[in-house]
Amino acid sequence: MTHQPDITHHLPQDMLMGFACGTLPEAVNLIVAAHVSICDSCRAETEGFDAIGGSLIETSAQPQAMAADSLDQTLAKIAGPAPAMAPRRSDPVLPQPLLDYIGGGLDDIRWRPIGMGVKQAVLKTSAAATARLFYIPAGTAMPSHGHNGLEMTMVLQGAFQDEGDYFARGDVEIANADVHHTPVADIHQDCICLAVTDAPLRLQGLLPRLAQRFLGI
Amino acid sequence: MNIKTTTDKTLWADHLHRIHAHRDKAAFAALFDHFAPRVKGFLINSGASPDQAEDCAQDVMVSVWHKAHLFDPTRASAATWIFTIARNRRIDLLRKERRPEPDDLGWGPQAEPEQADVIALAQESAQLTQAISALPEAQRRLLEQAYFNDLTHSEIAAQTGLPLGTIKSRIRLALDRLRRAMK
Repeated sequence: MTHQPDITHHLPQDMLMGFACGTLPEAVNLIVAAHVSICDSCRAETEGFDAIGGSLIETSAQPQAMAADSLDQTLAKIAGPAPAMAPRRSDPVLPQPLLDYIGGGLDDIRWRPIGMGVKQAVLKTSAAATARLFYIPAGTAMPSHGHNGLEMTMVLQGAFQDEGDYFARGDVEIANADVHHTPVADIHQDCICLAVTDAPLRLQGLLPRLAQRFLGI
Repeated sequence: MNIKTTTDKTLWADHLHRIHAHRDKAAFAALFDHFAPRVKGFLINSGASPDQAEDCAQDVMVSVWHKAHLFDPTRASAATWIFTIARNRRIDLLRKERRPEPDDLGWGPQAEPEQADVIALAQESAQLTQAISALPEAQRRLLEQAYFNDLTHSEIAAQTGLPLGTIKSRIRLALDRLRRAMK
């Protein structure tokens, strides 16, 4: 995975801390993991927050006695077959956590057209937040899309312009519910983004909403 | 810095190295005695039942054994590394969710880590632990709730009755103090 030394739009500190504490919704964890994979400064900050967890487990965890035969049980588990480590693959566009969630590479993404040449693919996560990949042809404006809460958009390929701000690979745009914005993909290359909304997807009509409830998207 | 202190601080990292390099069961038993009860306490604090916590703490230690080759003592202390494994298991156990992890670069296996870097990291970790212990009680307590109780800032607010803004500013103060202490 190539590192981006010139990332200018980073993740806020409380989100990196939440990632270390393990308190974020799965889809938000996914965008943090994707960003941290290619952003060295946010990785360093996240490791700092992990270190606080390490110190606390040394000093503040109230140790609870393990069962009498616990070590033997554990050694017996270790003697069993070692878990298969997932094969690691490398991709110039998709960081490892996204490869894991897609279950493959760019060619394996199940895009659905949503108009104007724009395509999206929802990644399967818990319902507390939604993660989607967007494919936006070069020079195309994103269709307006409703989001109730926070929306975080990370550029994976290409770039987009929004309200005078320029977002390139690795950059994350964070927009509140009350922000009306029209991101436009850079003319030079088709843009691929990961977008996470912290409220479930708002779909039009009754049937999709029911489907939403049952399918957990 | 005398040699004894340095040895103490890299003690668990050395154990992990012995597990990786020699499949050393005595080193594992010592690591288990120290960390398994802490991980179990951490899981119970987060809302696991004692049985769940026992089983899950064992699984965490099994992962420690199998993943010892991924531990990089120049990037994290043994306690930090074990914390991340325990946290990810907790998400799996209590939320039934996957935990996306960044690319492995950080934890990647290194040919042979520089001993000076290992010691520097160990010293920084000890310094951080000391700085956390020196935090005002209210600030330290908030960190513990965030890390141990699986509570978001809003959930801590609801539970303690403190305004969300107070919690956020206390955590920010705590982090500022830790940063200053680490300079």
